[in-house]
Amino acid sequence: MFELSPQDWQAIAVTLKLCTLTTVILLVLATPLAWWLAHRQSPSRTVVQALVALPLVLPPTVLGFYLLIALGPRGPVGQALEAMGLTHLAFSFEGILVASVIYSLPFAVQPLMESFRHLGTRPVEVAASLGAGSVDRLFTVILPLCRGGFIVAATLTFAHTLGEFGVILMLGGSIPGETQVLSVLIYDYAEAMDYAAAHRLSLGLLIFAFLVLVAVYSFNRRVDGVRP
Amino acid sequence: MTLQVQARLQRGDFTLAINDTLPTEGITALYGRSGCGKTTLLRLIAGLERTREAEVRFRDQIWQSGRRHLPLNRRRLGLVFQESSLLPHLSVEANLRYGYQRTPPAQRRLHPEMIYRLLDLDDLTQQPVQTLSGGQRQRVALGRALLTSPQLMLLDEPLSALDTTAKREILPFLADLPASTGVPIMLVTHSAREVEQLADHVAFMSRGRLERIETLREALTRPDSPLFSDEGPAAVLQGQLTNTGDGEWQFVTRGGEGRPSVPFQVSGHSSHRTSLHRLRILASDVSLATQEPVGISIRNRMPVRIERIEEADEHRCTITCRLDDGQILLSRITRASVRELGLENGQTVIALVKSAVLME
Repeated sequence: MFELSPQDWQAIAVTLKLCTLTTVILLVLATPLAWWLAHRQSPSRTVVQALVALPLVLPPTVLGFYLLIALGPRGPVGQALEAMGLTHLAFSFEGILVASVIYSLPFAVQPLMESFRHLGTRPVEVAASLGAGSVDRLFTVILPLCRGGFIVAATLTFAHTLGEFGVILMLGGSIPGETQVLSVLIYDYAEAMDYAAAHRLSLGLLIFAFLVLVAVYSFNRRVDGVRP
Repeated sequence: MTLQVQARLQRGDFTLAINDTLPTEGITALYGRSGCGKTTLLRLIAGLERTREAEVRFRDQIWQSGRRHLPLNRRRLGLVFQESSLLPHLSVEANLRYGYQRTPPAQRRLHPEMIYRLLDLDDLTQQPVQTLSGGQRQRVALGRALLTSPQLMLLDEPLSALDTTAKREILPFLADLPASTGVPIMLVTHSAREVEQLADHVAFMSRGRLERIETLREALTRPDSPLFSDEGPAAVLQGQLTNTGDGEWQFVTRGGEGRPSVPFQVSGHSSHRTSLHRLRILASDVSLATQEPVGISIRNRMPVRIERIEEADEHRCTITCRLDDGQILLSRITRASVRELGLENGQTVIALVKSAVLME
């Protein structure tokens, strides 16, 4: 029953690639953003915070719909890309990667922000006074002292991207090897009444997601002040 | 050799408005009540408080000029805060070397062996940061900052979180630092005693402004000095402690050039780390006599010249007297005594000092 078809393996490969790239990109983008949100008293802070949290409350179809319009051949981003001799991003892996980054943004920013708030600015000020530049401070002070926050952010981002469905279906469709991720393939199997195939992928995902959350929560108990 | 600061900064109800030149020799105390803006000024000098309306120049370097802003890590400043700021994920040794490793070899003037000896750090380097006492942590923080061979040390109330014992443990180190390392210190404090013990210059700060910048001697000749709010006026004499041989200690003042020094008898002191000392004498502990008294228990008697007689309140006067060595001694006696003795400016009288406290 648990033998996977070539199509299953292909979907697993696309999914892992999508999740890994999303996680890496988001950690790079979310770190400065979360630092700014944690430590700057700017009037625009509330607006930015609301924008970051939007994917939490919007139906994925709304996000997917607007991304399809923006990134598609007639959208502003799509047209700009085509003017530069590139292709638009609808129904492509790059398109669903952009969507995943936006969709999982709060899951990367939130734990990092909590962790940075807990850290405070003092250790960074101390490091600066001792001659450390900003990159040096990131790797020798922030990263080791907020390790828990980074691990939680990476795990949640990865797991949340794994569970993405609506946005990808809207923007990417279900192109094998390109945009057909596990969640979409399960939907296709169920639509085609192939319950056995849908079941073997669903159960796999269920167990995987459960293990990830157990890992995060058990790690969380050891690291103070960080909550997903 | 100065620090020029010109700044306007608004934080809620509080406005910082500075346009002054601060001395950068020895120890300069930024003194004022909490909330007067002294920490904000220190953070502005460090480049941690940002405002476009600021000019900060240190010697011939421009640290900030409007939007142009040299980041803290390139100002070569040593920073020590009120609470422990050791990096918790590093050992004591790694904390101490964090800045040293990031200082280009050509700029290193202060090296670990010397700083460890100066601050008595050798026994601490192998301990975990978490096991250090408050006083030990501040000593490590001072050493860590000094190992970057800074041009200037900025200390933000480094003693106020410590208990009396820990304070006494650090003070002698601190007093000696500018002389032993050649690094000037800017010290934020709200303690008049710390100013009297450590400062060469005092900058008095109130409601976001620097009201007056003067030498400690100048500050102590004003009977209405803000430093005197707790115990009334006091004189702080600078000098040296010498052993008279028979187990007694004598404090010999160090006055102006070409003037004789004045000896004081002090008792009950055992350990002396620093070579230079300060002797604190409250005005209320000094009486005046027009003739040399006989049969009196007070051993410290010396001639002084009356320079100024001011009425302190309804009953008492503060008399500013000059010792032979040129330093100032203050005396507080009743107005009735002044009348009865017929004291006036220029008169030479005998000062009787009931108690002199050596500041350690």
